[in-house]
Amino acid sequence: MNIRKLLVLAGLGLAAVGTYFGLFVAPPERHMGDVQRIMYVHVPSAWIAMLLYTLAFGFAIALLWSGRQKWDDLMVGAIEVGVVLNALLLVQGSLWGRATWGVWWDWDVRLTTSLVMAILFAGVLVLRRMAPNEERRSQWSAVATVVAFIDVPLVYFCVRWWRSLHQIQSSPDTVDPAMVLPLRLNSFGLLFLALAWMLWRAAIERSSRRASEVPLPTRVAIEESAHA
Amino acid sequence: MNRDRRRRILGITLGLGVAIAAFGYLAFSSVGENLVYYWSPAELRAEGAKATGSIVRLGGLVEAGSISRDPDGLTLSFSVTDGEASVPVLARAVPPAMFREGIGVVLEGQMGSDGTFTTERLMVKHDNEYQAPGEEEMPDMENLIETLQVGDGSP
Repeated sequence: MNIRKLLVLAGLGLAAVGTYFGLFVAPPERHMGDVQRIMYVHVPSAWIAMLLYTLAFGFAIALLWSGRQKWDDLMVGAIEVGVVLNALLLVQGSLWGRATWGVWWDWDVRLTTSLVMAILFAGVLVLRRMAPNEERRSQWSAVATVVAFIDVPLVYFCVRWWRSLHQIQSSPDTVDPAMVLPLRLNSFGLLFLALAWMLWRAAIERSSRRASEVPLPTRVAIEESAHA
Repeated sequence: MNRDRRRRILGITLGLGVAIAAFGYLAFSSVGENLVYYWSPAELRAEGAKATGSIVRLGGLVEAGSISRDPDGLTLSFSVTDGEASVPVLARAVPPAMFREGIGVVLEGQMGSDGTFTTERLMVKHDNEYQAPGEEEMPDMENLIETLQVGDGSP
């Protein structure tokens, strides 16, 4: 069994137990009621998206430093999964916000920086499509990733620095222990799933890069023999 | 060290330098002071006539005992306080279920010349405490379900 399958199994297992505890064992929040259960997917999405962006930043530095394409494979994997979780984060937050704050959206600093984060990293993916060749593509994406990363610590700290509608980070001291458990289980579950997804995406990127290195006539020949 | 590698390291250093400088600027400069999401009642009062007429956000706590609903059912009035000053508010908005005395609110609206803040966008701001309900706060499900059973089922 390879590492990815192991990660998927562990991730699904933890997420299943965490979701069960989150939906059926943890109590409803005293003021928000059942709506607060969105936390068990919202907070892990935020944590893991930001972790993936941080990994992408590390891969970008490694790529610029070494010039090795394998870092580009991992970087695109981390960014793509990060953008998906970032999009989910915004949707979950919007639902939770409508129920508790009374609005789907407001230009609060946490919401705005989270949206900017999604747009910046989606922008890196768009930029990749515009590069004339592989070397340029990895360099452009790495530089864009370093620039986009500026927003990530901002998302984390903005609620402490500036006034916002969004509350500041909770800690185990401010969260009922019965709610901390499903939050932890789901966070680790999502972490494993996201890492597996990132590695898979990196493997696909590597295969397609290798495939594009094969000269065109050979590729045609392989295609033809496959269809024969 | 070859030239290519030296150029690359220079590029990384420059790129990181710009990134760190931009982040540091946001973190430590006074740019945050221009990024005021809402004014507290005291700040709004301090602005005086300058604050009237334009759309601003007012943030604070709903003062205890100040909530009253207009008989027409459309207007809600209450006071918002920051412990220093208090501003009377007229809200033409459906408040979310979380709205109650003592909770934080952010209101988007206008300060009138009579000192009353009118808003149509009422947002409730909650803190980072997530607690289970106490025994007496637990909703009485049986009682709730009973209220749904209108009639005895016969036509």
